[in-house]
Amino acid sequence: MPTIHYILKDGSRRSVDAKPGSSVMENAIRGNVRGIDAECGGSCSCATCHVYVDEAFTDRLPPADEMESELLDGVASERRPGSRLSCQLTVTAELDGLTVRIPETQS
Amino acid sequence: MAAAHPLVIVGASYAGVQLAASARELGFEERIVIVGDEVHAPYQRPPLSKGLLTGKTSVDNLALRGPDFFAQNAIDLMLGRRAIALDPGARSVRLDDGAVLDYGWLALATGARCRPFALPGSTLEGVLDLRTLDDALRIADAAGRTERACVIGGGFIGLEVASALRARGAEVTVVEAQPHLLARAFPPLMSSYVENAHRRRGVALLTGRGVRALHGAQGRVAAVELDDGTRIDCDLVVLGIGVLPNAELAQQAGIAVDNGIVVDMLGRTSAPRVLAAGDVASMALPPAPGVPARMRLESIQSANDGARALASLVVGREAPCTAVPWFWSDQFDLKLQMTGLAAPGDEVVLRGDMASDRFSVFYLRQGTLVAAHSVNKPAEHMQSRKLIGARARLGADQLADPSFDLKTVA
Repeated sequence: MPTIHYILKDGSRRSVDAKPGSSVMENAIRGNVRGIDAECGGSCSCATCHVYVDEAFTDRLPPADEMESELLDGVASERRPGSRLSCQLTVTAELDGLTVRIPETQS
Repeated sequence: MAAAHPLVIVGASYAGVQLAASARELGFEERIVIVGDEVHAPYQRPPLSKGLLTGKTSVDNLALRGPDFFAQNAIDLMLGRRAIALDPGARSVRLDDGAVLDYGWLALATGARCRPFALPGSTLEGVLDLRTLDDALRIADAAGRTERACVIGGGFIGLEVASALRARGAEVTVVEAQPHLLARAFPPLMSSYVENAHRRRGVALLTGRGVRALHGAQGRVAAVELDDGTRIDCDLVVLGIGVLPNAELAQQAGIAVDNGIVVDMLGRTSAPRVLAAGDVASMALPPAPGVPARMRLESIQSANDGARALASLVVGREAPCTAVPWFWSDQFDLKLQMTGLAAPGDEVVLRGDMASDRFSVFYLRQGTLVAAHSVNKPAEHMQSRKLIGARARLGADQLADPSFDLKTVA
């Protein structure tokens, strides 16, 4: 199983074994990773599952579609180049080691 | 011995789980018990009428929290059990298995249930409604076989189910008793947009028509008979005729109920140390022109924000719920996002082109933005939530002008 590393607000790291085909958000919820609220349950409606993807991985992810990109305009913490909605990131074997940082706030 | 003051939460869905989680985050150290009448661990409901029916969401990915969450946070989850009696004087609640739980705080997050459908034929096989995971799994199962489905009720749930069934290839008819869809939530401009959107995507839509009876063959539903005698042949009927709040526990205990359990902005009911949040609660709203004194909102946002107010209260840091309401609905390729509370008489301003399926409708009351309904315009929705919260004053001409950047409004 690919592993996803979540860097929490306090700088600590949580690593979760992720199911391929599930989303980075779903794995955070299953792993009780604090700081990913995901209020809409992953339907790309609320922008409360915002993460900063580590530079090493940004190019390995499919780019954000128009809807995700629009929602990223409305995230509560600063939008940066690595900003993504974790509900839109699907785990694959190639993404083993994916590292994402949790923003200061989601709402 | 010091008296314990456990927090007992009746209801194991969004409000109940959020309350437990927030109470722990805020440092609540007493025992927390959540009593839920379903056997499933708390799960997400929005996909039940959307991704679960189309197959996009797997049942394995519906958990509201990870399996370790409750143990890690010392939350005692009692599933498959129902609270049947509440005694506010004795501060205790009795469960259906005879257990009696004493509480320091009691939170009622009992949600709502489908409005009963009392017409002839409602017990035929193939007549389903949708509230719980089990309901949704039944519909998902039937959706794979249905050729012709009839959805009774053109509210958000009915329209989402219609769109999911249509996406799976079924012929779908929606019957709505009101002359327009979503007439409670939407002004005519938005109602007719949604009606056209469904018709263009192949849904047969009949508005202003009542249902007289359901007819079956060998115990299975075969047709819906309308009040004008029209028969719609179908092999599946999904009822989407709204919900009733599960307020009986409160009512029987003498707690004030008026279309939901009446609570103030802190989430307090009329009984001491009894609180309520979520779909069952009719919560006081911040006073503003044209806004009712309180309202029962059926949304995740309302459940979560109400629960956060309750959590603040139980740790002694009162924080009234003043959040701007919002919710969403996914229908076909349309993401409808609604925020604020529109009312008849508001100035209605369209921004964008309805024909493009990407636009927002704004509502101004005495020059103040009070609500916005967006279709495939998530950024405008997000921005509107902030502006409504700030009671921003805007001109209709500004809102209607797509080149006017809403982010520049202070």
